[in-house]
Amino acid sequence: MKNSIKIKQAFSVDRTTFQDIFFIPILAISLAISLGLLLLLLTGESYQTALTALIALFVGSFGSVSALSETLTAATPLIFAALGIAIGFRAGLFNIGAEGQIIVGGLAAVIIGFSVELPLMLHLTLMLSVGAAFGAGYAFISGWLKAFTGAHEVITTIMLNLIAFRLLDFFLRLPFIQKEGRNDPISKSVLDTAELPRLLVLIDPNLRIHAGFLLAILAVILVYWIIFHTTIGFEFRMVGTNLNAAKYAGVNSSLTIVLAMSAAGLCAGLAGASQISGVLGRATSGFSAGIGFDAIAVALLGRAHPIGVLFSGILFGALVAGGREMQVSAGVSLDLITVIQALIIIFVAAPILVKSIFPWFFGKK
Amino acid sequence: MKIELKEISKSFGPVAANTKINLSVSSGEVLGLLGENGAGKTTLMNILTGLYQPDSGQILIRDQERKFYNPRDAIKNGIGMVHQHFMLVPVFSVSENVILGNEPITNVNRINKKEAREEVLKISSKYNLDVDPDELVERLPVGVQQRVEIIKILFREAELLIFDEPTAVLTPQEVLDFFRIVSNLKKSGKAIIFITHKLHEVIQICDRINVLRRGEMVGEANPKKTSNSELAELMVGRSVNLKTKRPKINRGKVLLETKNLQVMSNKKEMGLSNINLKLHENEILGIAGVQGNGQTEFIEALTGLRKISSGEISYFDKRYTNLSPRKIHKMGIKHIPEDRQKQGLINEFSIIENVVLNTYYEDAFSNNISLNWNSAKSEAARVMKQFDVRASSETIPANNLSGGNQQKLVIGREMSRKINLLIASQPTRGVDVGSIEYIHSQIISARNAGIGILLNSTELEEIIALSDRIIVFFEGKIVAELSSNTDPQIIGMAMAGVVN
Repeated sequence: MKNSIKIKQAFSVDRTTFQDIFFIPILAISLAISLGLLLLLLTGESYQTALTALIALFVGSFGSVSALSETLTAATPLIFAALGIAIGFRAGLFNIGAEGQIIVGGLAAVIIGFSVELPLMLHLTLMLSVGAAFGAGYAFISGWLKAFTGAHEVITTIMLNLIAFRLLDFFLRLPFIQKEGRNDPISKSVLDTAELPRLLVLIDPNLRIHAGFLLAILAVILVYWIIFHTTIGFEFRMVGTNLNAAKYAGVNSSLTIVLAMSAAGLCAGLAGASQISGVLGRATSGFSAGIGFDAIAVALLGRAHPIGVLFSGILFGALVAGGREMQVSAGVSLDLITVIQALIIIFVAAPILVKSIFPWFFGKK
Repeated sequence: MKIELKEISKSFGPVAANTKINLSVSSGEVLGLLGENGAGKTTLMNILTGLYQPDSGQILIRDQERKFYNPRDAIKNGIGMVHQHFMLVPVFSVSENVILGNEPITNVNRINKKEAREEVLKISSKYNLDVDPDELVERLPVGVQQRVEIIKILFREAELLIFDEPTAVLTPQEVLDFFRIVSNLKKSGKAIIFITHKLHEVIQICDRINVLRRGEMVGEANPKKTSNSELAELMVGRSVNLKTKRPKINRGKVLLETKNLQVMSNKKEMGLSNINLKLHENEILGIAGVQGNGQTEFIEALTGLRKISSGEISYFDKRYTNLSPRKIHKMGIKHIPEDRQKQGLINEFSIIENVVLNTYYEDAFSNNISLNWNSAKSEAARVMKQFDVRASSETIPANNLSGGNQQKLVIGREMSRKINLLIASQPTRGVDVGSIEYIHSQIISARNAGIGILLNSTELEEIIALSDRIIVFFEGKIVAELSSNTDPQIIGMAMAGVVN
């Protein structure tokens, strides 16, 4: 009973109806996959290939324990980073800088990971915290610029991304960081004590899903609580929804913007750290792999709601995992997945289009 | 020419905005259309001007049925509308604005500016409108801008002119000019529909009055025979107490004082110079003035939303300058902002969230970290009950409430906490008659209970009805301080900057 009130409240804020929350994403996904397959046919592939690709997409993402493990592994950093972007959205900030924040957070984490010697839990905690803190610090720059100079966060975060890319290459060649005997930008590997434990070693030690996924779920709950049940979250939402009203209500909007941006960076930093610690074990040039940009799509698809982010993160993880299987068994390029992802976002961003294609799901008007 | 609407119905989803409405207006006639917000006036006029198509019913012009599929059809049939918010391009000249969309062209396909100019002059002199065709619109006062709108529709050869709340933005003097223009138009054979919620205005200039309520035509009145209270009753559907009772009461000690208050101006906003005033307990101090003469800036300075460049404010004999809005709020100075949609409420937030909008951090609703939504919910229920906010539940978003209920929510929120001084800006703008009655009585009883009230309103009647004392703002200065029984004419002159 108490929970149902809470959920109602959370959703009443969005003014989104049940239909909008559930039907539109599902229909958008089906539309996007259908159009993707149509594209495949148009490029001269046979029906069999298209069918194989479609099946591979599902089998590769949810069809087996190992498929599911891959899906959730890919989803983990997406969920972390998208939670940060969702916090930004709630506070009216469009954070394009998750990619740079992931890099800075991941880089800081990897350094802690190979250079400090501590017992397992302590080392892991330290590494993740430092990663989160550096992500937060990097995003803080944009937040501060926005709050005190009015510089738009979209511009500053994009620029900070570019700086992060080069910074990463520079750091990875420093003798202190670069792996011994290598000339290319690659860091030393983190110590065993700094690796997030894999969850399903009892079934098969090769299953990559790691404890980072559990942390991501924890983060979902925590961010939900912050956004909807804390004073600071209320301030985020006030500033993001109606800045004039927030000022009238006595909210310090500059401080709120800086905090929200830093919180967003913190989540992205965690995404980087957990990816290093749970999957990669070291940093390479381009280890962020566009996660920070995909996370923007995940946050949009999840309507900046933590629960929505959880599901859309898993969906995007599934597309990544399913896409790999599609490439292997149907010989279809992984780029098709990018097309499908883009189409999903377009359809979600244009709900009226989806409603006009499937009018019968939405009743009249 | 006679324009008739027959059995017009229009609904939006389940909401019937107009139900079988009949209406007619002829050349040389002024029809008053009276109704509260949401009564269906705007929908009806949007049908008449071709923005909406009715679900059923007919539009007859000279007894011939016409169908308007878009505003152009309506204009072709001689129907023009002056909207409440003017549709002018500020950086264009008057004549450029007038011809926009209907440009006269020369034989080499260029805009014929000379002809445009002459046409504007011709219309202007014919109806005694006195508008310079070469002046940029942004430099004109609001009253003249309105005349540009009138020229615009006359240029398109309108026979029926519809005015939507035309006096809302005018000074009392400009209102008189406007009425003079309306009677000129009427004499030259134009038909006029005058939409308003101001009762005395319809009585003053209309030949017939139609009253809409909840999408239905509930009555017709003869302005010569009717009275304010009869019209109000028709509008609201029950008897309304229009006279505000303000019992005599001795004012208490000084609550708020400003000395030589200055606020810098920027391009868009009025600066303030040397504002000196005193407000006492048990007193309502009214700020009269045409919108944009510094009232907003003054109130923002008092409530911490705007920086003060020099001078001082004291409250209970304690100086405060440039404190944060929160600190000021905590001291018992409560602010009803002039725009509830933009400032007073967050439309997308639930009533519960709006009720604790500026008190959520207090011990009653939070432990400094997490919010206690249950106590916020009971607070919302309490405010809704005490201040008569009508809504199906506390969890619905604020923009599902009517204007009157939104305003009562803001007022309830501010007045139900610790309060010594109330700064109320436009407390009844866009609010139905029933709610106005209620809000006024709340303000008066707060004053009787010892609260000092600074009342800012562009409705002169409201200022006169409620205030114990009146100050008049003009171009960022206080130009007059008057008692509440001053002749409205004199207050009106002061609002236009004329003080003797």
